[in-house]
Amino acid sequence: MTVTRFTRRAALAIAASAAIAAPASAEVDFSGKTIEWVIPFSETGGSAKWANFFAPLLSEELPGNPTVVVKFMPGAGSTKGANWFQNQTHEDGTLLFGSSGSTQFPYLLGDPRVRYEYKDWNAVMASGTGGVAYLNAEDGAKFDGSANMLKDTDFIYGSQGATRLDLVPLLAWKMLGMNVEPVFGIKGRGDGRLMFERGEANIDYQTSSGYLKGSAEMVEAGQAVAMMTWGALDADGNIVRDPTFPDIPTFKEVCDATDGCETSGEAWDAWKAFFISGFPVQKLAFLPAGTPQDVIDTYTAAFEAVVARPDFGDISAARVGKYQVFTGAGAQDALGTATSVPDEAKAYVTNWLGEAYGVTLK
Amino acid sequence: MEAFATALPALGEAWALILQPIVLGYLVLGVVMGLAVGVFPGLGGIAGLSLLLPFMFGMDPILGLALMIGMVAVVPTSDTFASVLMGIPGSSASQATVLDGFPMAKKGEAARALSAAFSSSLFGGLVGATFLTLFILVARPIVLAFGLPEMLMITVLGLSMVAVLAGRFALKGLAAAGLGIMIGTIGEADAGGSLRMASYDIPYLTDGLKLVIVGLGIFAVPEIVSLLRQDRSIAKGASLGAGWLDGVRDWFANIWLSVRCSIIGVVVGVIPGLGGSVVDWIAYGHSVQTTKDKSNFGKGEVRGVIGPESSNNAKEGGGLVPTLLFGIPGSGSMAIFIGAVALLGSGNIEVGPGMLKNNLDITYSIVWLLALANVVGTVLCIAASGGIAKLTTIRFTYLAPFLFMLISFAAFQSGQNFEDLLALFAIGLIGIFLRRFDWSRPAFLIGFVLSNPVEKFTNQAFQIASFRFRKSFEEGMDYIFSPIVIVLILITIVSVVLGIRQAKSIMAEGEVNSGAKRAPLVFLLVIAGYFVIALTNAALIPNYNMTDKIIPLVIGGFALTCCLILLVQMIRRPEGDAIFADKEVAGDDADAPYGLWSTLAWFAGLIAATWVVGFILALVGFLVSFLRVRAGASWGLTLLLTACGIGFMCLMAGVLNRDFPPGLLQGAVDLPWPLK
Repeated sequence: MTVTRFTRRAALAIAASAAIAAPASAEVDFSGKTIEWVIPFSETGGSAKWANFFAPLLSEELPGNPTVVVKFMPGAGSTKGANWFQNQTHEDGTLLFGSSGSTQFPYLLGDPRVRYEYKDWNAVMASGTGGVAYLNAEDGAKFDGSANMLKDTDFIYGSQGATRLDLVPLLAWKMLGMNVEPVFGIKGRGDGRLMFERGEANIDYQTSSGYLKGSAEMVEAGQAVAMMTWGALDADGNIVRDPTFPDIPTFKEVCDATDGCETSGEAWDAWKAFFISGFPVQKLAFLPAGTPQDVIDTYTAAFEAVVARPDFGDISAARVGKYQVFTGAGAQDALGTATSVPDEAKAYVTNWLGEAYGVTLK
Repeated sequence: MEAFATALPALGEAWALILQPIVLGYLVLGVVMGLAVGVFPGLGGIAGLSLLLPFMFGMDPILGLALMIGMVAVVPTSDTFASVLMGIPGSSASQATVLDGFPMAKKGEAARALSAAFSSSLFGGLVGATFLTLFILVARPIVLAFGLPEMLMITVLGLSMVAVLAGRFALKGLAAAGLGIMIGTIGEADAGGSLRMASYDIPYLTDGLKLVIVGLGIFAVPEIVSLLRQDRSIAKGASLGAGWLDGVRDWFANIWLSVRCSIIGVVVGVIPGLGGSVVDWIAYGHSVQTTKDKSNFGKGEVRGVIGPESSNNAKEGGGLVPTLLFGIPGSGSMAIFIGAVALLGSGNIEVGPGMLKNNLDITYSIVWLLALANVVGTVLCIAASGGIAKLTTIRFTYLAPFLFMLISFAAFQSGQNFEDLLALFAIGLIGIFLRRFDWSRPAFLIGFVLSNPVEKFTNQAFQIASFRFRKSFEEGMDYIFSPIVIVLILITIVSVVLGIRQAKSIMAEGEVNSGAKRAPLVFLLVIAGYFVIALTNAALIPNYNMTDKIIPLVIGGFALTCCLILLVQMIRRPEGDAIFADKEVAGDDADAPYGLWSTLAWFAGLIAATWVVGFILALVGFLVSFLRVRAGASWGLTLLLTACGIGFMCLMAGVLNRDFPPGLLQGAVDLPWPLK
């Protein structure tokens, strides 16, 4: 297992942070212990970045300032690690697990390899991201806030696989009546953007941080045209404009403006369910089944303290993107919205995957 | 020219940043840590960088960069130790080095091979940095000119090196490369997710086999077993001939080869998506093609070491271009590097297109820190090479148990499954028989390494090309036959023609005697049998997933045809013909005092015991019994060596915070680390 170890970062720093951070709970104390945060992906992905960002902050805020170690357990697109976590029980509160949209989607789609059950776990933190779709300059000129004039164009899109997060953009474009042909087998969204820049693909989407880093510049230079964001969720669960991109319309607005695209009904409900699971609640941190309430409270308080840091907005914006972080009950609620997809929505998506891409989940 | 006007001051600022004592101190610290991690086969830069990651948070950017680059830069240098001395390819960067480096060690020229390799590495690193300093300013449009057809052609160029390395029988080499490609397709397909030669009931296979395991199995296991059977030291006669100064002289005598291979390294390294997997083979092929007397390749030709080693450090520099300019990591360690850069300082250095505009001084610092780290690392390695080369004079029976320990641990780190050990054993068996019957192992490995790129680029390029053709015929032709593609096709044709002419004189396995028909024939039938099964399996994939079945069908069919022609030839030719090459007939293996199976049984025993009691306990039993029974060591020495081995293992794993393979015992009882 690959490991990042938060050992004895300069003794001073620990002493200083120990003085500042008041213990969150009197009963639970992790002095001298090592907390393992298991990530079911390799050390090179976005989830690794996410856990590596939070780990040192968490270490400072947990009572007793334990060493927080990020362990990687990649395999079968995160199913291996999640299945392993399902078999873990509470011992002394030193095991934390991180999941992502790629763990949620196979669970929602009834992948036969899934042996885990989200309802057994205790969510203590959740965070999300957004996404932006954009077109090349030539086709972008035909975009007028609706997809009406894009229906006759053939689009090529570099995709990681129809059952991954790419399900959300592919389904959105399909609902708009656009003819998007995915080229499967790329390894990350960065490769997709490169394919777009080379002119081999003429439509692309990036998560918020990827868009800001690589694509926004193309849009500014007139080489690409921003089409829509997936939007963000407000407190009542409605899709509103993404706060990071207030000037770009949401898919919902574009869909409303496009002939034949409906923001209600079966397709819309399915899209929305998978969007919520994949973006606003993309990454979750869990304690294993059977964890006592005081330990959950301790972690909740620690994550709350992390989020409450005066510099949290700045450091998180640069490293993991500026999106809401849910803690405690909020995280549990987020988990509920992310994993309770109506059966009709699941059936709709499974059926569409089979018809459009020949994907069978058996 | 405008670009160069801004570049010079930035270059000056970069040097001002680098040449601070504290920055250099961090660089040396990183280099030393990188060397310590790099000698461990199979771990490489990823393990080391993960170790540094927590310290990066909020660190002064230039110090953090010095530390990380120091560590990453020396891994392709230090893994040369394992590939030259033990025949263990530490990473994909040192596979081609094994071909001639290890035979040199066997001739007692380990120090010479090492210092020639290190001088080449150093030079390659510096050439790479100089080239990059200018190139990085104009790189963006050039990198973007490399689309899928271009990448496919570079992959094909890499594959064409099989022609050079196929051995005495081109058909055997082609079939071996086909087998490598087919084994590379095992698991879930990238494109459509169909399973090839795998089942969801065996989750291990769905992820496919890892390069580390295949590299160790194909090169290291057969060599270890063979040397162990012969019960001698690696250097025949246990004497060291040429010293380290000779190696430096060798490099200087071949300096132009070194220059050319460095340029190959940077250029191929620059192209995102290919990574380093093809570079050293292209460089090796180039070294062979430009050498007049080819008879020594595979038997310890120093040019075969200089070529790949010049290219692999230069490649690291080239790999910075996609990493820094596009934010697309060229390798696993570069991916962590990108993540770590975001943690540095106030987090305002953003790897990606803005890097040249906003942080040109940092970009240059990275390029030249890399070069500087190469210098420091190489000097340390050359200084150590004379002493470390003495390892090759030790009786191999004392080294072998520790090598089994190291490769098992390395294999386990690649996937953290017990099955990793089984896979290592299975691939090791394939390697042993490929070696025995003189089927080209390099060809097999090239096939395996390039299996995924060939399949991916073929499918994607085909899909986009057909999309272009739908628009218009000219647009499609423009896309497929770009000037770059045409040049690459010409190079490939020249290289194949030259390769076929030269292949007969290059014997990667050295001289092999021929014998009776039965054993080589049985092996051929087993290989052909696998192709039949794999072909049937691929044919069963539904047609809507054509992307997942086309490559296995085409390559498998081609390789099967090669096998069938070989079969006809074998039936018609008399016994003793070169086609029936068999190392067990005469030569070192045949004369060895120990049999193959009894030797292999020790390794199997270690794996079986691991399954029951976990790695560390199994290792204690293995080391004690091996040293007592096989090596005939005294109890005192046995216990001392065992304690050293276990201690070293626990120390490394402890520092890097790695786990050991658990067994049934660990499933039943809770044990403290390192036993758990």
